[in-house]
Amino acid sequence: MLTSTSGKLAGLAIALLLVVMSFAGSLAFGQFATSFSTLMRALLAYDPASTSHLIIVTERLPRAIVAVLVGASLAVSGALMQSLTRNALASPGILGINAGAMLFVVISAAFFTDNVPASLIWAAFMGAATAGSIVYFLGREPGAGSSPLRTVLAGVAVSALFVSFAQGLLVVNQERFGSLVFWLAGSVSGRGLDMLWPMLPLFAGASVICVFLTRQLNVLSLDDEVVRALGQRTGLVRLTAGLVVIVLSGASVALAGMIGFIGLIVPHITRGVFGRDHRWLLPGCTLLGASLLLIADTAARFVIPPQEVPVGVMTALLGAPLFLYLASRRSQSL
Amino acid sequence: MSNTAIVLRTRSERLTLRLSRHTLFVVAALGTALLGSAFVSLCLGSHSTSPANVFQALVSPHESDIALIVREIRLPRVLLAILVGAALGVAGLVLQGLVRNPLASPDVIGITSGASAAAVFLLTIGGAAQGSPLIPVVAIAGAFAVALTILTVAWIKHATPGQLILVGIGIASAMGALITLMIVTSPDTTAMNAYLWLTGSLYAAQWGDVLGLLPWVAVFLPLALSRARHLDIMAMGDDMATSLGSALNLNRLVLLLAAVALAGSAVAFAGGLSFIGLVAPHMARNLSRSGSAGLILIAAMVGALMLLLADIIGRIGFAPRDLPAGVFVACIGAPYFVYQLHRLRR
Repeated sequence: MLTSTSGKLAGLAIALLLVVMSFAGSLAFGQFATSFSTLMRALLAYDPASTSHLIIVTERLPRAIVAVLVGASLAVSGALMQSLTRNALASPGILGINAGAMLFVVISAAFFTDNVPASLIWAAFMGAATAGSIVYFLGREPGAGSSPLRTVLAGVAVSALFVSFAQGLLVVNQERFGSLVFWLAGSVSGRGLDMLWPMLPLFAGASVICVFLTRQLNVLSLDDEVVRALGQRTGLVRLTAGLVVIVLSGASVALAGMIGFIGLIVPHITRGVFGRDHRWLLPGCTLLGASLLLIADTAARFVIPPQEVPVGVMTALLGAPLFLYLASRRSQSL
Repeated sequence: MSNTAIVLRTRSERLTLRLSRHTLFVVAALGTALLGSAFVSLCLGSHSTSPANVFQALVSPHESDIALIVREIRLPRVLLAILVGAALGVAGLVLQGLVRNPLASPDVIGITSGASAAAVFLLTIGGAAQGSPLIPVVAIAGAFAVALTILTVAWIKHATPGQLILVGIGIASAMGALITLMIVTSPDTTAMNAYLWLTGSLYAAQWGDVLGLLPWVAVFLPLALSRARHLDIMAMGDDMATSLGSALNLNRLVLLLAAVALAGSAVAFAGGLSFIGLVAPHMARNLSRSGSAGLILIAAMVGALMLLLADIIGRIGFAPRDLPAGVFVACIGAPYFVYQLHRLRR
């Protein structure tokens, strides 16, 4: 773990470098191999007549941007959830928030067939909020605050419920099955930049709130009584952080479907490197989350060529072992 | 409530079954409801049949179109629903008792997903047709593989029951990822087949399915019943159970074997049904406060009733489409589960 401020700054710089490198890699590698010089030329002197330029700018660039945003959002919301619930296993995927957003998106896609991204986003927020509040309230034990195991179980059950409803809708509505299943499996490909614009203010707003929340979040990780003695308005902080979680994970699901485990893995890695201080933890999560999803998405193109593995599958296969490790530790609380 | 109870004993007193009058009443009521819904299910369908005709078709060997529909199409489906529901209900009850947590169930801890992943592998990559006789074998093997993995982790790490569940959840999500991978990478028709199977459907159930599942239920449900009293003892804690002379590890293993076999075989014949194993035990506990033996009977009947009703809704409610029962099981089970979780907080 890095302890000194300069060390942590250097750490953040390296993480930023990692994001840049994986971003470049995500643009350069794929079924259609492109050289680094072509990549530079496509970005600096775009020529619509060239196939490789076309692929890089219209296919891979939006995809990489979506991966950055989604990876960062999921990682940050995972970190926030882990702090809020003091539960090492908390993450948007495991606590059912992704499933809630997913179900509401499937419902709105099934009944209001016009694929307006804006309406999908609101559906995703509503779903994320619904699932999140159900799980939060069900996970609390009387008097004892939230219990890690109970919260996780409530999340799993709520996920199962929402997923089975979504499955039912898909079976009824078979015409859209193919596209929706791939979307559900979690993928950052084929998302146009036009879908991204309406979401940018949300991501920006959430990051600003995060900046203001860092100190309060640090206090929140102390004992409940200490927190109260320090005069912290816990309710307000929790609510705000909860809203940020819902916005970030809802928007991620609307953009990229169900991508699990980023929100679980990245905060743990980041805590290992930067420690528990949210002033370092949240920026670290942003950078590492973005680069992890970029790398996973790039790798997903090469696992079973010529087909692509949905990136959600990649992250789940990476994340499940970590979950098992965390689960079999003596204590699941942070 | 009177304290009179009926006790069934074998001559050597190795097996006793004590059922209070209240439990017997609940069992009788559920039995009636089950028979009633089974009969209703036999009557309903795209070919509407009068109850008298159905009755005739059931009792007399007389051949007719209606008799053929009732005996060859509807009856196996009803029986399969009952067997699958019962198996899942009992598996859930036993698992919840074993890990001493009311939120465990075969689908939460990954046993169902193990079976599903194995079956989907066969359906997509193995290229097997829907209804291939290999599917049950593979699915049951998958269920046991997951159970064995969880047990191994638990044994190496000396895990608490809570950790055992978490390990199961982790394995379940890994299995889920594999299933998604296989579905996404296979062509659309195969994928749709596998997806339908996953939601849990009794569509096109045949006598062969009923006869395939029957031995599993006939062996492992009584096995669970015979060890039921150990579940009661385990509920008192390990120390108490050991000092009361329960061979703790052996009984746990036998009960776990029964639960996994029941859940695995049920999934093998009906697909990935969730929620029955989770909710039926709670309903049983709310209906009766009897010991585990009575609860096993009740959970079996509640599970059977749930699946039977869900199948009727899926078959009739949206005719001519035949929707997978699993969707409606979730519709019935999920609200009840949320209510139950809310109640458990107190």
